Amino acid sequence: MSRNAKINTLLLLAVAALAVLPLALGLGDHKKEPFTGSDAQAENAVTELDPEYEPWFSPLYEPPSGEVESALFALQAAVGAGVLAYYFGLRRGRRQGEERAAARATARGEARAEAHDAQGGSGRSEAEES
Amino acid sequence: MHIAEGFLPPAHAIAWSVASAPFVVQGVRSLTREVREHPESTLLLGASGAFTFVLSALKIPSVTGSCSHPTGTGLGAILFRPPIMAVLGTITLLFQALLLAHGGLTTLGANVFSLAVVGPWAGYGTYRLLKRYEVPLMVAVFCGAFVADLSTYCVTSVQLALAFPDPGTGFLGALAKFGSIFAVTQIPLAVSEGLLTVLVMRLLKQSSKGELVRLGVLSKRKQQQSATEVGTGAGA
Repeated sequence: MSRNAKINTLLLLAVAALAVLPLALGLGDHKKEPFTGSDAQAENAVTELDPEYEPWFSPLYEPPSGEVESALFALQAAVGAGVLAYYFGLRRGRRQGEERAAARATARGEARAEAHDAQGGSGRSEAEES
Repeated sequence: MHIAEGFLPPAHAIAWSVASAPFVVQGVRSLTREVREHPESTLLLGASGAFTFVLSALKIPSVTGSCSHPTGTGLGAILFRPPIMAVLGTITLLFQALLLAHGGLTTLGANVFSLAVVGPWAGYGTYRLLKRYEVPLMVAVFCGAFVADLSTYCVTSVQLALAFPDPGTGFLGALAKFGSIFAVTQIPLAVSEGLLTVLVMRLLKQSSKGELVRLGVLSKRKQQQSATEVGTGAGA
């Protein structure tokens, strides 16, 4: 593995560790419902601070179940990941194409230069190249 | 995590919407200008939006025993400046409010203000400041993304504390309460976001050097120096 790939892998491992450690260390065990969303906790805090507060608007569309909701979240992540992958794939392909074209051009140039030497250096091929 | 639908009193909801609107309008203008003047940047713009899409869909466990998600706004702010991120962030928030019942339409203004305005500006400011002091690029990128993420949730805490001050201890008491829910939870996630943003920036450096130079993330001078060792391009 190249040094670059190693660093990238380490970065990913660090992110994974940060996500898994709270679970592995049982940091949610002191709670009645461990690892709920912070937005739901904020809703509870609002009701504690102002017991009379009633949300005055409800979502136009609400996913009918936790499964549907997680499917939609997965869809969001998949769309994003797809676009990112398309971008990097396209870039990589273009770069490789350019490199190949450049290699071919230099190979052709060398071949032409050899032919040029063989001809004993007439001005014609030089004009062609420019 | 965003403020849930209906969880800001109408006056606050309207005030935050009014506060956010000019930033989004300015953002739409910068975005159309960028696309018109540099059509080739559309792809990278899409990729920046996609990064926000991915990161804000990932609910990750945190040390407080609750879950939250990163914002992904630091990358776009560093690449394209904050106004453009105001638009991309708003699109993400709208998607989540309409389809996922996450955040909401009445709280959209407040959520745009924290995630798509303050976050990107704070992250971008940090990044620029560090770069001015010649901090290595990737360190500046990490700090920028970290600050963009964390500041978003500090603003969310302030917004809720303003709307629901503690009956005994007032605004500050409520701020401590909401801060412990949002901001503390967010610290490890902000670190993750910083690391992921560095990862993407490293990939961009490999794949899109030309574009990073055009956007001013990589300096032209340094590239020329490393390529030729001749300092003639210093003035460029």
